[in-house]
Amino acid sequence: MTTELRCHVGIGPTVEGIALVADDNFSARYDLDRLKGVFSRPQHKLYGQSYQDMILVLNTAKGGVATAWMLYEMTSRQIAPKAILFNQANTILAQGAALANLAMVDRFADGDVTQLITTGDHLRVIPAKGQVIITG
Amino acid sequence: MKLRDDEKAMLSGEAGPAVKWAIEHQLQVGRMFDAEDMVQVSQAHMMADPESLGEAGVNFTKKLAADGAKVCIPMITDPRGVDLSCYAPIGQNEDMANLERRFVAACQEIGIMMTNTCINYQTIMPPVFGDHVAYGDTGVVIYSNSVCGARSNFEGGPSALAAGLTGRTPRYGLHLDVHRQASRRYRVTKTPQDLMEWGVLGATIGRMAGSYWEVPVIEGIEAAPTSDQLKHFGAAMASYGSTPLFHIVGITPECRVLADVGGDILSVTEIDDNATATLKQPFNAKGEAVDVVVFAAPQLSLVEMGQLASLCGGRQRSETTDVIVCTSSQVYSDATAMGYISAIEAFGGKVLVGTCFYQQYAREIGEANGWVRLLSNSAKIVNILGGYGYQPALASMEACIASAEKGEIVQ
Repeated sequence: MTTELRCHVGIGPTVEGIALVADDNFSARYDLDRLKGVFSRPQHKLYGQSYQDMILVLNTAKGGVATAWMLYEMTSRQIAPKAILFNQANTILAQGAALANLAMVDRFADGDVTQLITTGDHLRVIPAKGQVIITG
Repeated sequence: MKLRDDEKAMLSGEAGPAVKWAIEHQLQVGRMFDAEDMVQVSQAHMMADPESLGEAGVNFTKKLAADGAKVCIPMITDPRGVDLSCYAPIGQNEDMANLERRFVAACQEIGIMMTNTCINYQTIMPPVFGDHVAYGDTGVVIYSNSVCGARSNFEGGPSALAAGLTGRTPRYGLHLDVHRQASRRYRVTKTPQDLMEWGVLGATIGRMAGSYWEVPVIEGIEAAPTSDQLKHFGAAMASYGSTPLFHIVGITPECRVLADVGGDILSVTEIDDNATATLKQPFNAKGEAVDVVVFAAPQLSLVEMGQLASLCGGRQRSETTDVIVCTSSQVYSDATAMGYISAIEAFGGKVLVGTCFYQQYAREIGEANGWVRLLSNSAKIVNILGGYGYQPALASMEACIASAEKGEIVQ
C-alpha cells in the first residue's frame, strides 16, 4: 500500500529514506550540532535525535542565512539529511539545497505535511515531479 | 523562466564557468519560487563565515576564483568569523584562522570588498527606495526592505555570490509588489524604550508571524524610532520569524496609512506587556553568575559604542565575567578617535573588529573560555545561542554593564 502526496516542484535528486517528523521549524545554525549530526537546541522537538541520512519533515524555516552554506558543508562530510520536506520552505533553504544538491520540496496539496507523514515512514521523494510517495 | 540574450549567453558558458554556475544556481532557485524572469540588482552582500563555510565552502569559492570569477556589481561582506588581529585570546585556533585567510584571499581575487559588516545600511551605502539588491544577513535584509524601501529576498551566501557574478537575481518573493503587502496586523500598546525592548517586541512579532512569507504591519508606535532601535527590532523579528519585511504605519516608507499595504482589511492582534514578558521569560536569570557579557548581533553603531563607553566610564568588570563587543571596522576607527574603545577597554572589555559573536565558532570559543551563562541586550543573539550550548539571558545595556561589574545578573 503506497500513498502519493503532491507538492510544488522542488530541488535536488530523487531519494529514498526514512522520515523524521516534527511540527517544528528549522535552522542549521540554531538547531543542530553539525559535527555530531544531532539536533542540539534543547527547545527543538527533535532535540537529541540524529538527522544523518534521514528525510526531515518540518513546518518551515527560521532564522538566518547561514543554512545556505551549512547544507553544502554538511553534505560534503556526508553527515546530512537525505532530504528536507517543509510545509513552506524559505529562500535560504532552497538556495542551500540547490548548492548542496539536496532534495527539498514544499507546499503540499493535501495539507500539513507534518501530519501527513509519520516518523519511521519510508519515503520516496521526487522533487522534479513535485511528488512524495509513502512506500511503507 | 524567460531569459534575455545576455542571460542565455551566461547559461551557455560564454562568460566562463563561474558565471555559468551562478546562473544555473539562480535558475534552480527561481523555478522553485515560480520566478518568471531575472531582475538586475545594484549591490550584493554575502554572509560567509568560516564556521558555516567549512572546508567545502572555502574550496568551492577558491574554485570559482580559479575559474576566473569576477563580480560585476559592488559586492560586500557580512561579519567574518575570525578577527585575525585577535583570535587566540578568545580561544580560536590556527586552523580557524587559516580557513578564514584562505576564504578572504579567494574573495579578494573575485573582487569582493571585504567590509565585514552587518550594519552596511548604517555605514557603507544604504539602498534607496525601490532599489533591487541581493543582500545576505537577515538583519540587513529586513532593515533594507522595511526602513529603506529596497527590494531583496534573503540571499544566502551562495546566492549572493551568484548575484555578484551575474548582476541579477530571480524575480520572486520581495522583488514583487504582491509579496510586500501586509498579511498580519499588530497593534502595540506600549512603545519600547531601550534597544533590548525593541528587540523583544520584534522577536514577539516575528514569532507570532512565523514565516518568511508573512508580512507584519504594526500600529501604535508613537514616534519615529532611531536607526539603532529599528535595527534591533528588525534583526530580532527576522531571527524569530524568518521575517524579511515589516511595515510600521506612518513611519516606514511603503506604509503612510494602513491601506497602503492592505492592512485595513486585516484583523488586529494586540501586543501587550504579557506578550513581550512571555518572550523574555526564558531569558531571565537574575542573581545568577554571568560568564560573559556580549554586545553584538547586530554589530554596534557608533552611537551604541558611545553609549556603551559612557556606561563603562570609571567602572571595572568583575574578574569572573568577560565582556565582548563586536563592531565593524568602519565604526571602530571612529570609535577609537572618539575615545570609546579606550573607555570600553579600561572597563575590561574586548572590542572585536569585523566579526559577530555568534558567527565566530560560538560553540568552540564558549568551551575554550568556560562561557556558559551569557548575557546580552540583543534579543537576536539569545535566540541563536541556545543551540550552541549556552544558557543565554537578556537585559538592557545598562543592566548588562552593571552585571559585568558585579559578576552576576542584576536584572
